[in-house]
Amino acid sequence: MRHIISILIENESGALSRVAGLFSARGYNIESLTVAATEDPSLSRMTLVTRGSEEIIEQITKQLNKLIDVVRLIDLAESFHIERELMMVKIKATGDVRDEIRSMADIFRGKIIDVTPTTYIVEMTGPSEKLDAFVAAIDSESIIEVVRSGPTGISRGEKGLHL
Amino acid sequence: MELSGAQILVQSLIDEGVEYIFGYPGGAVLHLYDALYQQEDIKHVLVRHEQGATHAADGYARSTGKPGVVLVTSGPGATNAVTGIATAYMDSIPLVVISGQVSLPVIGSDAFQEVDMIGITRPCVKHNFLVKDVTKLAETIKKAFYVATTGRPGPVVIDVPKDITAPHIKVPYEYPKKVSIRSYNPVVSGHKGQIKKAVELLLSAQKPIIYSGGGVVLGEASKELTEFTRELGYPITNTLMGLGAYPATDKQNIGMLGMHGTYEANMAMHESDVIIAIGARFDDRVTGKLDLFCPYAKIIHIDIDPASISKTVRVDIPIVGEVKLVLESMLELIKDSSTKPNKKALELWWQQIAQWQALDCLQFDRESPLIKPQYVIEQLYDVTKGNAFVTSDVGQHQMWAAQYYPFDKPRRWINSGGLGTMGFGLPAAIGVKLAHPDADVACVTGEASIQMCIQELSTALQYKTPVKIINLNNRYMGMVRQWQEFSYESRYSHSYMDTIPDFVKLAEAYGHVGVRIDKPEEVRPALESAFNMKDRTVFLDIMTDRTENVYPMIEAGKGHHDMKLRVALGSTTDRELA
Repeated sequence: MRHIISILIENESGALSRVAGLFSARGYNIESLTVAATEDPSLSRMTLVTRGSEEIIEQITKQLNKLIDVVRLIDLAESFHIERELMMVKIKATGDVRDEIRSMADIFRGKIIDVTPTTYIVEMTGPSEKLDAFVAAIDSESIIEVVRSGPTGISRGEKGLHL
Repeated sequence: MELSGAQILVQSLIDEGVEYIFGYPGGAVLHLYDALYQQEDIKHVLVRHEQGATHAADGYARSTGKPGVVLVTSGPGATNAVTGIATAYMDSIPLVVISGQVSLPVIGSDAFQEVDMIGITRPCVKHNFLVKDVTKLAETIKKAFYVATTGRPGPVVIDVPKDITAPHIKVPYEYPKKVSIRSYNPVVSGHKGQIKKAVELLLSAQKPIIYSGGGVVLGEASKELTEFTRELGYPITNTLMGLGAYPATDKQNIGMLGMHGTYEANMAMHESDVIIAIGARFDDRVTGKLDLFCPYAKIIHIDIDPASISKTVRVDIPIVGEVKLVLESMLELIKDSSTKPNKKALELWWQQIAQWQALDCLQFDRESPLIKPQYVIEQLYDVTKGNAFVTSDVGQHQMWAAQYYPFDKPRRWINSGGLGTMGFGLPAAIGVKLAHPDADVACVTGEASIQMCIQELSTALQYKTPVKIINLNNRYMGMVRQWQEFSYESRYSHSYMDTIPDFVKLAEAYGHVGVRIDKPEEVRPALESAFNMKDRTVFLDIMTDRTENVYPMIEAGKGHHDMKLRVALGSTTDRELA
């Protein structure tokens, strides 16, 4: 099953490699990983998407908690949460296709953020499945490149991951 | 007080109460060595190879419970230390390893003797620190000792760039009295509800067994374990790492469990209905094939490390906490409980165990004209009256030492259980002897293992650590040969050496006493005379039966109830080997 693990970790050099190293050393898979500093510059927040049986996810969260740099973590999949991913797609856009892509981007609530005579760059955020759907809806021949951030997530309601 | 980084490092170690540093100098740590030269509080032990430094510090730590301290230079000094760091990591031994590093401005430029020590050791340390600011050095050292010695102990590396230790940069020094790390708060006392549930389950058991491991030794909980076990009257089995935590000669102790454990311990595990695992981690050498592990048992597991719980074996009642505190709470509840252990069931259970014991699974051929390694260990036990510190290397001799030297006290049996590091025994013995100068220290080894850190014989002379080396010389890498005999139709691929050195001459060349022993009747007098030479390191090169195997044995893929026993196979002495 897919799990989204949100981690507050000391914003120190090498902290990311401790997490990445743990996953490779113990044979866990990382589907995606995003990391950036938080409003508290001493802390980074990491969102890690992984898959595994309940036993494996339990071990993953225990092993992560064991890392000295990890301050706190939650498995977002265990409660109501919102997740969003950012994507930018560079698409060949000439002739009639230009209008088609524009309306497709509108339907998906994407934004065209760069225009050249032959290309568009579409920016889109949403759950990963929505981004998948957009990519599938565009003729694959016309896609020049796709950049995705990997999902980040946050739990709903008053609960939050903080110190 | 204003000090340089090098002085701060040394003064911090003094303020931390460090007695010995095991190390080897080099370019990146010259400032540190200069600071060491100018003080007298800490004794530095110069090893002959950095692996030896880590094992010696490890032996010191295992035998005292205090953290071992290592100092090595950057690059090769650091990488040579890695095997010892990994050894300590696998067995949860507190070490603080200080490695030199090239100066901060040249880090990352492939400078001379530069290696990414933080990156290399990340998977085999509890934590590591790169010091980037001399004003944080004292605090970092305090943190390193705090992390290494609390919770589940382990090695911590501090990588110190050379410019941090520069003599001309002086900053105010104060060693912190306390340190806290917001992201590190090891749990100490167990969950009350879980403890209550565990006690109820324990008292309802018909065929209970206590399975205790190295965590009891590390957690200084021998006394509590002994009281707990005696109060219940249940059988107890110890892991390789847990030997000595409960007296081996006590009748409730049914021996070690696992791959080379006793028949009765493994059968009791298999047939048990309630197992309480205490500071043990269900290692694969203990469990055998997981699908076949303890099919009838409900399992209680006490461990300080939450990640050890349900890692390989799902447990029914987990308790996270220090074994000492949890056992105290459990004992109190047991004494107060109106329910008492089921006497009748327990009687039947002990009868069953006695039947298994009657098989005498540790028997060996006592009439053999060849020296049986088991006999040597028995004699070692007898000569040292069971009071020696025994270190070992890895292989058959390690198992025989574990099987035939019953340890009644914790911290007496010093071996690399998790990583299985050949070369561990001799340097570890030196560390033990420094910590316990008046005790008998024996290093049980084999002719293959001893050669992996043989250079430390030189250290043993310099620091006058008269250990006794019991070399069970069977002219094979015995355990490899045994597996090749059992699983590879006796194709002994590269498991023997054509050119074994003359260990007697070698010992003498290093300034020690060397004695070769060829006949069984020479064993006892040689051991007696070796231990009588209080101030000499003695190397006993004992020519043992080449064909001897370690029994009993659970082969790969088998369960506890499916052991290979000597009795079923007959004597192995008359078989011809290549």
